Amino acid sequence: MKRRKFDVAAVPAKTAGALDDRFQAATPLRKLLNKVFPDHWSFLLGEIALFSFVVLLLTGVFLTFFFEPAMTEVVYNGSYAPLRGTPMSAAYASSLNLSFDVRGGLVMRQMHHWAALLFMASIVVHMLRVFFTGAFRKPRETNWVIGSLLFWVGFLAGFTGYSLPDDALSGTGLRIASGIMLSIPVIGSWVTSSIFGGEFPGAILISRAFIAHVLLIPGLLVALISVHLGLVFKQKHTQWPGPGRTNENVVGERMFPRYALKQGGFFMLVFGVIALMGGLFQINPIWYFGPYEAWTVSAASQPDWYVMFLDGSTRLMPAWEINIPIGDGYVIPPIFWPTVVLPGILVGISLLYPFLEARQLKDYKHHNLLQRPRDVPARTAAGAMAVAFFLVLTLTGANDVIADKFHISLNAMTWAGRIGLLIVPPLAYYVAYRMCLGLQQHDREVLAHGVETGIIKRLPDGRFVEVHQPLTAAADDGHGELDYVGWVVPKKMNRLGALGPAIRGFFYPIERPAEAPVSPGHPPVEARPEREEITSGESRR
Amino acid sequence: MTSDNDRRRGLLARLRGRPVARSRGRRRLGAAVRLFAALMLAGGAYTVFAPGAQAQDNPPMSAAAGEGKALFDVSCVTCHGRNAQGVEGRGPSLIGVGSAAVEFQVSSGRMPMARQEAQAMRKPPAFTDEQVRQLGQYIQELGGGPQVPEGNNLHQNADLAAGGELFRINCSQCHAFGGGGGALSSGKYAPSLHPASDRQIYAAMLSGPQNMPVFGDNQLRPEQKADIIAYIQENLKHTQDQGGFNLGRYGPSTEGLAAFLIGIVALVFASLWIAGKS
Repeated sequence: MKRRKFDVAAVPAKTAGALDDRFQAATPLRKLLNKVFPDHWSFLLGEIALFSFVVLLLTGVFLTFFFEPAMTEVVYNGSYAPLRGTPMSAAYASSLNLSFDVRGGLVMRQMHHWAALLFMASIVVHMLRVFFTGAFRKPRETNWVIGSLLFWVGFLAGFTGYSLPDDALSGTGLRIASGIMLSIPVIGSWVTSSIFGGEFPGAILISRAFIAHVLLIPGLLVALISVHLGLVFKQKHTQWPGPGRTNENVVGERMFPRYALKQGGFFMLVFGVIALMGGLFQINPIWYFGPYEAWTVSAASQPDWYVMFLDGSTRLMPAWEINIPIGDGYVIPPIFWPTVVLPGILVGISLLYPFLEARQLKDYKHHNLLQRPRDVPARTAAGAMAVAFFLVLTLTGANDVIADKFHISLNAMTWAGRIGLLIVPPLAYYVAYRMCLGLQQHDREVLAHGVETGIIKRLPDGRFVEVHQPLTAAADDGHGELDYVGWVVPKKMNRLGALGPAIRGFFYPIERPAEAPVSPGHPPVEARPEREEITSGESRR
Repeated sequence: MTSDNDRRRGLLARLRGRPVARSRGRRRLGAAVRLFAALMLAGGAYTVFAPGAQAQDNPPMSAAAGEGKALFDVSCVTCHGRNAQGVEGRGPSLIGVGSAAVEFQVSSGRMPMARQEAQAMRKPPAFTDEQVRQLGQYIQELGGGPQVPEGNNLHQNADLAAGGELFRINCSQCHAFGGGGGALSSGKYAPSLHPASDRQIYAAMLSGPQNMPVFGDNQLRPEQKADIIAYIQENLKHTQDQGGFNLGRYGPSTEGLAAFLIGIVALVFASLWIAGKS
């Protein structure tokens, strides 16, 4: 029998050719694979959120296989002895079984919870990056709005998930949530009784929270994330200014192979960090909290960190009750202001910020280049103010733990929070503003006078001066003629090639250090590779 | 005069008929004898019926209490005053607090206090167990009060699950779900339960030290106290945490801190590293 010759090396090409013959995929695919993404570490912060979300979906699906979202009363008889024989809801019993009797259940639950905390944390960190670099400006306002909504939808996802195990901590949180809803004027009692199916806690809430947590909210999140990423794709990523980078081009790496491989690697890293945290650090030990009963409240009952600022605002709010003498009398309880009005204002400001800023600066142009925080002191300072506000509230949300562990009076903590909430944000604004101006000033100084060489020269008249290396030929007055363009200014001699490049490597050198230069005139620096613009066949507009 | 005398004489004398005139000396002697007899009768009856031994002014103390008094008069008298009657503005009276209170405060080092402040802190104890027992005996003999049962292990054969439920209902509000303690108002706090011994927990429940309410035997029966002690000692203290390092069991506040300090920091370094690969 004659053996047919089979050329393995030709298989991919032949298969691809066959596919292209049928589906005409090559042209759009080439465009896709050649799409260029700017590369900077700070552009990866949003990916942390995306990849945590993927981990959340994977671990969450596992958890649904074993969780029973019901409030029917059962008597626990699992392997955790200190709760055996205790009456509790089926939801709590199944969470305990998930933790102690399902193989790998506890690590999955902990990974899910850590991933949730990291999801919210990376959303905030990503949001700060976008804010401080001005990446939200036209044409990307929509994406900013979607991103802000993602935070609040994630907030809801987190809160419903926190409520599901039906341990005492969940119940305490739900009781507070029901109190917040009840405080809304006019509609409060209807909202609460609709959600809880009657008086708190009712018998239906866990099932409702479950379906919201596993179907409605994730669906919304997936939809919003898809639009978010689609818009990044369509509008293209912003980039830092720099040599060869303009408002009209995109400089970076091709989608394939490099960018895709990096992203794949980064996903593994995110997954690894979450898995390590899930395996090493205990989170939400529901078995200590016990089943929820109205009379069981533990000290240090806090919400997860992204809700803690609301807890803090509630702790700081003075007990100002507004009595409205209409009919039988009507009361707006003090909890309404810090937990309904304040988040309402925060959502409003965060959604509208791009439009407010454009209006203020009368800036309606397209912006594809980022700004360094120091170059827009007012925005940076406003951001610092917002962060300070959030931090004061979040720390206050944990003020009983801080008071106890650092031996401070709880009353003093509360008053420090009240005063701090008014004083720290303006202070942060001022400090950030001055820091921006100072950093700008130093950049301008280097542009004008050159880089400090560290060489002290004594003049004939006895004065000492430091020799500066000008960045350009000096004009008549001894000052250079370089414009301030809002990008990195070299401030060390080795950045100018005078001392040889810095040794590469993170913890240890990954290459032999270059020989010390013979003289500053002959630095052993290789010429920089030529930069060329990669086009993907379409322009920005 | 005689009729007057007649009326004034007693019933017995009237029954006997007219009295025989007696000399003044005899009458005096008879009155004295009768008075003596009446006094003897009253005194005798009193000694028979009255609780005799305790009626003494200075009952003899046991040897241990005597030792305790000697310690008290050196170390405690400044604030708690002579005979533990308390000093206004310094220390309360200890009459009736019982040896349980003494044992809790002194064996945990809270007393003697270093200074007047919101609440006494746990310190290395200043007295040996024997001295604590003597001090307790002194206070006990002085004014009575609750006492901790004998023995160092007070949670034998206790029900862990029942103890857990009682702990969550009665204790976790202040001492927190993990027994790590929590803040109260104005610098006061519920201390961590982790260094406490069986006897100290029992004594604290009986005596309600500082801001803690008293859990007398009619609120928590002795076997329920044993259940609670079992839950604290066997579950909160001795169990290795199931989920890994417990981050101090302070609830979501340290978990949030860890998410940033460990998770976000690690991932930002990861992104720095991977973005630098070119």
